[in-house]
Amino acid sequence: MLRNQLRPAIVITALLIVITGLIYPGIVTAIAQLVFPAQANGSLVAANGQTVGSSLIGQSFSQPYYFHPRPSAAGSGYVGDSSSGTNKGPTDRKLADTLIAQAVDSAVKNEGAEKGHIPSDMVTSSASGLDPEISPANAALQVARVARARSVPPERVQALVAAHTEGRQLGFLGEPRVNVLELNLALDSVVAPPKADHK
Amino acid sequence: MTANGWAQIAVFSIILLAITKPVGRYLVRVYDGSFHWLAPVERLVYRWGGIDPTDEQHWTRYAASLLIFSGVSCLVTYVVLRLQGHLPLNPEHLPGVVDRQAFETAASFTTNTNWQSYSGETTMSYLSQMTQLAFHNFASAAVGVAAAVALVRGIARESGGRIGNFYVDLVRGTLYLFIPFSIVLALLFVQQGAIQNFHPYVHAATLEGATQTLPMGPVASQEAIKQLGTNGGGFFNANSAHPFENPTPWSNLLQMLAIFIIPAGLTWFLGYMVKKQRHGWAVWAAMFLLFLGGAATAYWAEARGNPIHAARGVDVVASATNPGGNMEGKEVRFGIASTALFATVTTDASCGAVNGMHDSFTPIGGLVPMVNMQLGELVFGGVGSGLYAMIVEIVLAVFIAGLMVGRTPEYVGKKIESREIRVVMVYILVYAFVVLTFAAVATVLPAGLAGLNNTGPHGFSEILYSFSSTVANNGSAFAGLTGTTYFYNTMFGFATLFGRFAMMVPALALAGFLAERRTAPESAGTFPVTTPLFTALLVSVILIVTALTFFPALALGPIVEHFLMHAGTLY
Repeated sequence: MLRNQLRPAIVITALLIVITGLIYPGIVTAIAQLVFPAQANGSLVAANGQTVGSSLIGQSFSQPYYFHPRPSAAGSGYVGDSSSGTNKGPTDRKLADTLIAQAVDSAVKNEGAEKGHIPSDMVTSSASGLDPEISPANAALQVARVARARSVPPERVQALVAAHTEGRQLGFLGEPRVNVLELNLALDSVVAPPKADHK
Repeated sequence: MTANGWAQIAVFSIILLAITKPVGRYLVRVYDGSFHWLAPVERLVYRWGGIDPTDEQHWTRYAASLLIFSGVSCLVTYVVLRLQGHLPLNPEHLPGVVDRQAFETAASFTTNTNWQSYSGETTMSYLSQMTQLAFHNFASAAVGVAAAVALVRGIARESGGRIGNFYVDLVRGTLYLFIPFSIVLALLFVQQGAIQNFHPYVHAATLEGATQTLPMGPVASQEAIKQLGTNGGGFFNANSAHPFENPTPWSNLLQMLAIFIIPAGLTWFLGYMVKKQRHGWAVWAAMFLLFLGGAATAYWAEARGNPIHAARGVDVVASATNPGGNMEGKEVRFGIASTALFATVTTDASCGAVNGMHDSFTPIGGLVPMVNMQLGELVFGGVGSGLYAMIVEIVLAVFIAGLMVGRTPEYVGKKIESREIRVVMVYILVYAFVVLTFAAVATVLPAGLAGLNNTGPHGFSEILYSFSSTVANNGSAFAGLTGTTYFYNTMFGFATLFGRFAMMVPALALAGFLAERRTAPESAGTFPVTTPLFTALLVSVILIVTALTFFPALALGPIVEHFLMHAGTLY
């Protein structure tokens, strides 16, 4: 009985590994590389001939002349191969009194935000730690600082934010959002970043 | 809460309703043998495997084949994970997986759980991801549907206990159902931005002059079967919250639909096979009501946000530009509604993929996924496992109805007597017993408490959630819990095995027992299983069984935490 049963178990395991584990991903990869090569290879973004990141993966920005992403729990912040959230619960002291409270303080100090009116995505960490986007309210709060740091009128920065605000997909799916890397690249191409503290 | 948020839930529900019948029809043709377009492949597999496809197995032999196949494939995965450092397709030169984690991962993927105590991007080579994890995604899903199909045959037939051929069901399910659906879905994901390549990781020079490592890999192909097979094991640590796995709100909607379509189609399959199409819809309605209750509750709780965080200055009121609510552990592109809906769907089905961190949900928002799993993964449920879990509850419901009117209970013409009820009780008790015992053990042992990321009631919730999830073969987590210890790896490994096989075998026994019975014509005393009354009774039985079993434990975790949160208590 057992011998009769072992043969199909072993053979089918081996055959299914070949079919589902090699042939199937092979077919998908071949078609994907042929039809959607940019997406299949990570939606990489290049500037001045070198890869500066992926439009889908958030990266750290701390200079005042750039828009800043959300707080991140991916390693020390936006570490690409360490995706993670804080996993802190709703009654966690560190989350409320350190992570969120400090982010609120910094928003008040740097962006002139008003306590109680701070967009919820601005002071909370995303699930992946690699969230490439911020809410339009979050971006709007940062316009004044960025304009000041680049010595341009806020209206110009505001116009760029508006151009990079994406509405809900198909009009109702998800939430409106602003891609931080794309917005900052557009900023750099329109108004060069201040020379002094650029690398 | 916003009108737009409700619209997203409504649109999801309408599409689900619309695709139930077409998918159900397709399932009928997969499992009754009418599809032939891969006949040469099928014939080759049967010949090499020494399988006679016309051989109808008695339920004991069907169960034995299923267990032996699962055992062999589990062992293969353990060996490959241990040896991955010496095997090809490993551009990042990742070493072999440690023993406890390899055991747990092999058990977890064989049982359709996909609990992950590792980070995919720094642990698993491309070879392990594709040939082991993705293979189990297909195989465990096909095994689950096979068990459900066998149970439906048992109900529909008078065949002396014979319920089909396990290997034929396994192979046909993989070839005609899961592979074609997955190819289409994977390409839709790539079009939206999911990656699909075999490149080494990319090192980007960021605008501020740092270096960022971007992980690569064959992600979309794995993503498709991860959802269609209600597996849920992500390529990356952040699972479907990772932008390379789930890049846009549209890919997110497709993922949620992919989780539900086969379980929903199986209700139509049930109605078709027992020649009572309205019975299938009555079961669908019971599932849908439980789903809607969960989705509405989770959305309400998460949209309301956390009063403690509001007191620190966060604006939790949604507007046209501010997502509001509780955005901790959520992605901007999904926002509150799509994340709450995804959390409900993934735990109603035994999927366990997450697009937000359940650990950071509000207490009631986190209660919903926990209760969904404790219902027994039957709200559409896992592929196959959802239907057999629901049929077990249906048998219990008609039994109770029979007791109330004082007649021998019957289910679509099959008498329900003591041996059927005995296996039903085994099925129901195994889940409660293993979850509560294992959670109690983890709560009193230092090794169990050592893994917590939160203290107070939320710490207990992390433990309760983890065992509710592993025994239910869900695989989602309150992910703060550190599972990479000998204690948890071992406990979770065994929890998944109990939750799968100690429940699937009773379900197959029920199939065999029913297949041995004659189908009696309906009489005036038959409790109709096609009416809203039946749907209401079924929902009530499910809720009562779950509440009686789990309310005390839930009171110590999320329920007390809800009141503490409103009192502003921190831990």
